[in-house]
Amino acid sequence: MTSDAEQLQGIREAYDEQYGFRDPDTFVFKARKGLDAEIVAQISEIKGEPQWMREQRLKALEIYQSKPVPTWGADLSGLREDDIYFFVKPAEKEGRSWDEVPENIKRTFDRLGIPEAEQKFLAGAGAQYDSEMVYHRIRQELEAQGVIFKSIEAGLREHEDLFREYFGTVVPAHDNKYAALNAAVWSGGSFIYVPPGVQIQMPLQAYFRLNTANIGQFERTLIIVDEGAFLHYVEGCTAPTYSTDSLHSGVIEIVVKRGARSRYTTIQNWSDNVYNLVTQRALVYGDATHEWVDANLGSKVTMKYPSVYLMEPGAHGEILSIAFAGRGQVQDAGGKAIHIAPRTTSQIISKSIAKDGGRSSYRGLLKVYPDANKSKSTVVCDALLLDEYSESDTYPYIEIEAPEVTVGHEATVSKIGDDQVFYLMSRGLTEDEANAMVVNGFLEPLTKELPMEYSIEMNRLIQLQMEGSIG
Amino acid sequence: MGAALEIRNLHVSVEGQPILKGVNLVVKQGEIHALMGPNGSGKSTLANTLMGHPAYEVTAGQIIFDGVDIVELETDERSRMGLFLAFQYPVAVPGVTVANFLRNAINARRKAQNPEDKGIPIPEFRKLLLQKMELLQMDPSFGGRYLNDGFSGGEKKRAEILQMAMLEPRIAIMDETDSGLDIDALRVVAEGVNRLRGPNLGVLVITHYQRILNYIKPEFVHIMMDGQIVESGGPDLALHLEEHGYVWLREKQANGDA
Repeated sequence: MTSDAEQLQGIREAYDEQYGFRDPDTFVFKARKGLDAEIVAQISEIKGEPQWMREQRLKALEIYQSKPVPTWGADLSGLREDDIYFFVKPAEKEGRSWDEVPENIKRTFDRLGIPEAEQKFLAGAGAQYDSEMVYHRIRQELEAQGVIFKSIEAGLREHEDLFREYFGTVVPAHDNKYAALNAAVWSGGSFIYVPPGVQIQMPLQAYFRLNTANIGQFERTLIIVDEGAFLHYVEGCTAPTYSTDSLHSGVIEIVVKRGARSRYTTIQNWSDNVYNLVTQRALVYGDATHEWVDANLGSKVTMKYPSVYLMEPGAHGEILSIAFAGRGQVQDAGGKAIHIAPRTTSQIISKSIAKDGGRSSYRGLLKVYPDANKSKSTVVCDALLLDEYSESDTYPYIEIEAPEVTVGHEATVSKIGDDQVFYLMSRGLTEDEANAMVVNGFLEPLTKELPMEYSIEMNRLIQLQMEGSIG
Repeated sequence: MGAALEIRNLHVSVEGQPILKGVNLVVKQGEIHALMGPNGSGKSTLANTLMGHPAYEVTAGQIIFDGVDIVELETDERSRMGLFLAFQYPVAVPGVTVANFLRNAINARRKAQNPEDKGIPIPEFRKLLLQKMELLQMDPSFGGRYLNDGFSGGEKKRAEILQMAMLEPRIAIMDETDSGLDIDALRVVAEGVNRLRGPNLGVLVITHYQRILNYIKPEFVHIMMDGQIVESGGPDLALHLEEHGYVWLREKQANGDA
């Protein structure tokens, strides 16, 4: 491994080179800017959807338009709906091999290392470019076991009954304004079904890429992990750096049935002109486990609180949240654990870092309903400030309605201490190296939870964020 | 020829308050010096100033190390020149293992020597670490623990000595390494230092008590009071101090000042 120093050198400028590059626009269809019923109908039309879905979309649009922009969190007043392309179709059809993907788009994913990762350590990979998936493939032996891993559109087309049974049941359109928006204009994302008892050892990965300026990306993912099955799904995302804003507003719905286990890992590294407003929720049934590993490093504004609904006795949910707010960034992240059934357990661990005037907030909800007796929950949120210009806030909401509940809650805010830096520098590390070492150590409890490949990626991204002036 | 640390007429203030008021001291490679003195006499201020802590302001004087005045140098530069401070209160760095930290510290040195350096190969590093741990009679599992995080007082001080062994400084300052240690822990730490003794290492042992000097035998003993070194001598000076306390020195000072 290279030393922290080498990783630090000049990487910050490298976002543009490594991730922030853009391709010429080669879409096959681009809807006009802005949002109304006509655009929604057009999206449904192009996708050749059944009538019920079109109606659901139009109803969701009404819900979206009736709900005010939320003002309780990050400032969203800069988001201009009229200035956004809500649908940009990148290719005629989705490829089952990389050869079927248009050349320039394939080049982009090559550059991001996706086909290589797929070969080395993934059970399957999907790739979305602007509004739609351009590629999806899963290893044959998994397909033979009945595992479904397709674009959300193919899920609707080819497995309509299964799709309809779950779609919109975990995150209904009226849940919040941006869930309604997604329900109206959703496009792209994955549809996954893991049959009972099937254990997928290597992760499935989807990579989300924006290319067009002023685009809105509204991926919708539906995952059903049937009884006793296991799945690890990973999503990554990057975008070109533009001076105008883009919007990413995804909805992830997961159903984890009795005795199953699932983990959903996000490494969000959008360029810092992207509003990232995402609703992620998992329903967890008897003795099942769901884990969210949620790392937010990029974007201009992120509001994201992955949640677990513990529906039956023995259900367990974990949320590991990492947020890194640099110059001009607001990371409003956290998690929600909702205990509905007795003897359910949850853990929320949040680690947030702010530097160069960035602002990171932990916002979390722990709710225990009256029936959820003998439940247990632990909430730990630690914030680390790298300088005096940055801010960190904690909003831990706890609502307990059952009599016998065990709850642990800890929150710490620390500043990288002069004494810590002095100590490390007294061993020959430069100031930047000393700071990077403290940050990596702070995040270590979470990065060690990631599979090796992602752990390395994460450390690299942290170095990228750390480069530059530190108080 | 060995390197020397020469402190010349050093004046230091903390938050505008003068603490050191003209310290003169020379420590050469291969020599062991003890610096004793009552609480508040400025011993730890001297240690922190030598290492370049930003809160300590040098208002006059020089610190010459290996022929270079290091007063304006950053802490990390001083370290890479071969100066080492064993801390009185080592700082915890949660999530960073002792081994990972030491590898980074060694690589920082190599890189300063040669910007093209790719860092110490991991097998070579492991071998070196195990060798030094064996020398200091430490359990190899120590390398996997988070630096000073949850360490007992004795473990912290041993970790300091391990760092000293790995980084091979030319001059080491040990700031009250004996504080907070029971007699067994003190002996273990002192034995560690003794194993590192040799012609290439000069040590300045800063201590409040004579006790540690039973184990680390100094050739020179200095006494600091009110920001100055008021008395220097051989090992018998420490014994005399143990027997008679600081009172006679205070009186001597008072008479001198009058």
